[in-house]
Amino acid sequence: MTDSTIDWRMEIYDCLREHDIEQVCHVPDAGHAAVIRACEADNSMTVIGLTSEQDGVGVLTGAWLGGQRGVLLMQSSGVGNTINALAMPNACRIPFVTLVSMRGEWGEFVPWQIPMGQATPDVFEAMGVTVYRADRADEVADTVKAALRLAFDGNQQVAVLLSQRLIGTKDFRAAKRTL
Amino acid sequence: MTGTIDREKLVTEILAERPDDLLVVTGLGSSTYDVASIEDNPRNFYLWGAMGQALPVAIGLAAAQPEKRVLVITGDGEMLMGLGALSAAGNAPTRNLAVLVLDNGHYSETGGQPTHTSGSTDIAGVAAECGFAVTRTITEHDAISHAKSELLDREGPVMVVAKVALKTYGSIVEPQTRIGHYTAARFRMAVTGRGEAALDR
Repeated sequence: MTDSTIDWRMEIYDCLREHDIEQVCHVPDAGHAAVIRACEADNSMTVIGLTSEQDGVGVLTGAWLGGQRGVLLMQSSGVGNTINALAMPNACRIPFVTLVSMRGEWGEFVPWQIPMGQATPDVFEAMGVTVYRADRADEVADTVKAALRLAFDGNQQVAVLLSQRLIGTKDFRAAKRTL
Repeated sequence: MTGTIDREKLVTEILAERPDDLLVVTGLGSSTYDVASIEDNPRNFYLWGAMGQALPVAIGLAAAQPEKRVLVITGDGEMLMGLGALSAAGNAPTRNLAVLVLDNGHYSETGGQPTHTSGSTDIAGVAAECGFAVTRTITEHDAISHAKSELLDREGPVMVVAKVALKTYGSIVEPQTRIGHYTAARFRMAVTGRGEAALDR
């Protein structure tokens, strides 16, 4: 099966539905755009736009305290913003799931994106967040399901890194030609 | 600017005859101490860290529990660290959300350095521009009763900034309020009747 035959973005949305996710908060990224649109169209989900990724840690904590499950969608450049807030789900043993679209790793052309992208797994692990990773389209759904189970059945904090190779590396030169 | 309202009297009056459907989230520092020492209620969730996250927690909680009232009680320093969340709150399903800022104009935990509410920043003004439905700054005890009715009853999000006097704290807080996995599980059980997610979902 080739990657192009798998709509891994819609598989993520299906996983969120199957696991009763009712809150989706995000600082947007192109890699999550299709999932955000699908969640916005779903009346069983509340989509909350954030101004900074750290606030997603609080929103998911509040969701759980109120009896709902949520996920945070963000890009790797925002992971650093969440660091101190991650003390909260850790200290409170509250489930936390984030799906992270990666930059700064596979053929990145913006030097500014590289340090945070390269540091993302270490930053999460330093804060007690278990890191899963999907590099190929055919492993996205299983990885997201495993993360949701680990988090919500095991009261853990989990990040799924969606690799830049999977999402597709931005090519500014190509984009410029289409402007 | 430091005010004259006594924060203990203020919080005591706000939480007096507390309805069962009132859920309280407190911000790191003096606000947590105030609320925990006045009444340690299972429907209180205390932040002892994660500065700036009291309002985001309340946003997720308000969305999850739209039939209940969610009240943030926090300080000016904690609120200033999370000003961006005022923008998120103004654009989220938060008609049941209210925020009370105990504004003493200082970081009283860290040596009394002035915050920017002692300078140019008007938190109620920021909230108004972020789309809060009701915003008010109070400076006198006489205004507490009306502010309470707005915090508990008006369609939100509601922001009340109370200009309170500086106060020194002793060892007044029940130690279990620091144990996040205890207060979190207790809160969730009190609000939803459900404990650990794995056991009863």
